[in-house]
Amino acid sequence: MSSAINFAFLDEYAKREIRRSVLKAICIPGYQVPYSSREMPMGRGFGTGGLQLTLALIGEDDCLKVIDQGSDDSVNAVNLRKFVEMTCPGINTTTRLQEATLIQSRHRIPERPLLAHQILVLQVPYPDALVIVEPSEEKRKTMHGEADYSRLLVKLYEDIVKFKEITISHRYPTRINGHYIIDPSPIPRYDVPKLNQSESLTLLGAGREKKIYAVPPYCSAEPLAFNDVPFRIEDFTGANGERRTCMICSTSNSFLDEFIDEQGSRVYQCSDSDYCAQQQECVHG
Amino acid sequence: MGYVAIKGGGRAIQNAAEALELLRVQQGESGLPLNIEQIENQLYFLHSRIVSEGGLYHPQLAALAIKQSLGDTLEASFALRAYRSTKARLLETPVHNTANMRLIRRISASFKDIPGGQMLGPTTDYALRLLRMELLNESTEQFQAVAKDLLRHVPTATVPDSFPKVLDSLRDEGLLPNINPAGHDGPFDITREPLVFPVPRSAALATMARGETGSLLAIAYSNMRGYGDVHPTVAELRVGYLPVMLPHPITGELIEAGEVLMTECEVVAMYQDNECATNERNSLPSFSLGYGACFGHNEVKAISMAILDRALQKGMKDGANNPSEDPEFVLLHIDGIDSMGFASHYKMPHYVTFQSDMDRLRTTQSKQESSHE
Repeated sequence: MSSAINFAFLDEYAKREIRRSVLKAICIPGYQVPYSSREMPMGRGFGTGGLQLTLALIGEDDCLKVIDQGSDDSVNAVNLRKFVEMTCPGINTTTRLQEATLIQSRHRIPERPLLAHQILVLQVPYPDALVIVEPSEEKRKTMHGEADYSRLLVKLYEDIVKFKEITISHRYPTRINGHYIIDPSPIPRYDVPKLNQSESLTLLGAGREKKIYAVPPYCSAEPLAFNDVPFRIEDFTGANGERRTCMICSTSNSFLDEFIDEQGSRVYQCSDSDYCAQQQECVHG
Repeated sequence: MGYVAIKGGGRAIQNAAEALELLRVQQGESGLPLNIEQIENQLYFLHSRIVSEGGLYHPQLAALAIKQSLGDTLEASFALRAYRSTKARLLETPVHNTANMRLIRRISASFKDIPGGQMLGPTTDYALRLLRMELLNESTEQFQAVAKDLLRHVPTATVPDSFPKVLDSLRDEGLLPNINPAGHDGPFDITREPLVFPVPRSAALATMARGETGSLLAIAYSNMRGYGDVHPTVAELRVGYLPVMLPHPITGELIEAGEVLMTECEVVAMYQDNECATNERNSLPSFSLGYGACFGHNEVKAISMAILDRALQKGMKDGANNPSEDPEFVLLHIDGIDSMGFASHYKMPHYVTFQSDMDRLRTTQSKQESSHE
């Protein structure tokens, strides 16, 4: 029965619907385009929205990179990549960012800036930034249409009153092209500025919530903030006042994963494993 | 190095798949594989649940899904649903009349006697839930003799092919509004269109028809207990085989493509003062209807769906006073594939977001500390 499965798993009607939705999403930057979203043979929440985008876009000339938490080798990334390799005979996959034409990612945007010929597909669990202030989708749709983001701003203001700090750690509300505010997916705040005026197209797919949205190339993406309380990315300054570095490649300009080593001390390492490997090549190669 | 968690992912996945497969065959040389016919027939209700929640009437593949998922209802429905994604929609059936069902069971709680009569059929409703210890060691001979004994005393051809519907008699008496044929838009296909609220009733019905049984039951039960006020009476619950008619691809003539086992439930509920469904003929108040139907023999699901249909109609008309009357609340939280997927995804790595969380927490902690000093 497996021989009956179409190239890229989905039937052609499904792929066409997704591509139409993508075009609409690019035309209306930040607008969440509803689409029917097929069930994929992996769990809702494991990247089925991103996967449907990848499968609808991929062709035999493409070279795919899949990352999860910045790593090509994490279980979910391996699983997704294997599935695409299995259902899309003839395509290439890579871990090197520069070789990829299509990059599917969960929770990170690669450190190195993407280029015009590359498309970034982000997996999205919650497509709507307004969900933290309004549970009803119908009401949120109206709020987006009217660009009514006052309750979101009030939430940020209340954070400052209560904690002297905006407490949103990731999924940071970001205004696209001066109108719609998106949930940029659970990327850290560190990655949000990369969306702004990016050379590459960024597509966001929420499979379970059945939405596709886009940040087109050279489009503005501004994290929500106040004039007197600027947006702040994660702080990797150590106790000595210096920026922490990766324990492997020693770079001091990457997002770091923190963990406890076997001796019980806290250590740091690049979250983007490909970037880390390439930094090492530069040093040793 | 303490960072092995996300290295060697490919090998870990392969090993996990093998460990799961080992679980399936853990009886080793003393075990016998389950065959597909046994699952379809002897795990009848489990099988019914999977064709219903999987949203695909394919008895053989439903049984396969049960086998490979080791009987996990959510996983089995999921596999069937994912298989469905690979298939294009080629034809649409016309609206089917369930009066044509070949019934194995039909009951009404509203009338002692109904046209055609009550037919209890296979049900656990009045069974004593005592463990039947003799089944612990049932032999092949004993098993095979049971059907022969039971069928020996059954007279042939005493049951008609179909029965009239109880609702028709209620309509004749003016207790229910007549069917308004002009009120039917084409059915909403939830597999091809996203739900954008407000949604038509057919979208709600289709979503519930493949909803997860436990989820439907829980929300319907909240309504029954008092977070809502449907107070339903089961006008008719029927289980049987409905012939499926498809237009011939060339001639367009309707031909019978097969039949599906399905359960249908119609509940009537008292009208409320502010929402009495009026009968167009004489503008008198009348009962209102809740409808439930799904593939397979799933009575609790069909009843829950009928109650929720009635509750949602009220919510769509007058606004929701309870979760069970809120279309978004009900329809976006009853799909087993969606909800189990999202619950499971929390097992995946969240290192990056957790790093961001720690950054925010440490920053706010240090700000609070400095303000206390």
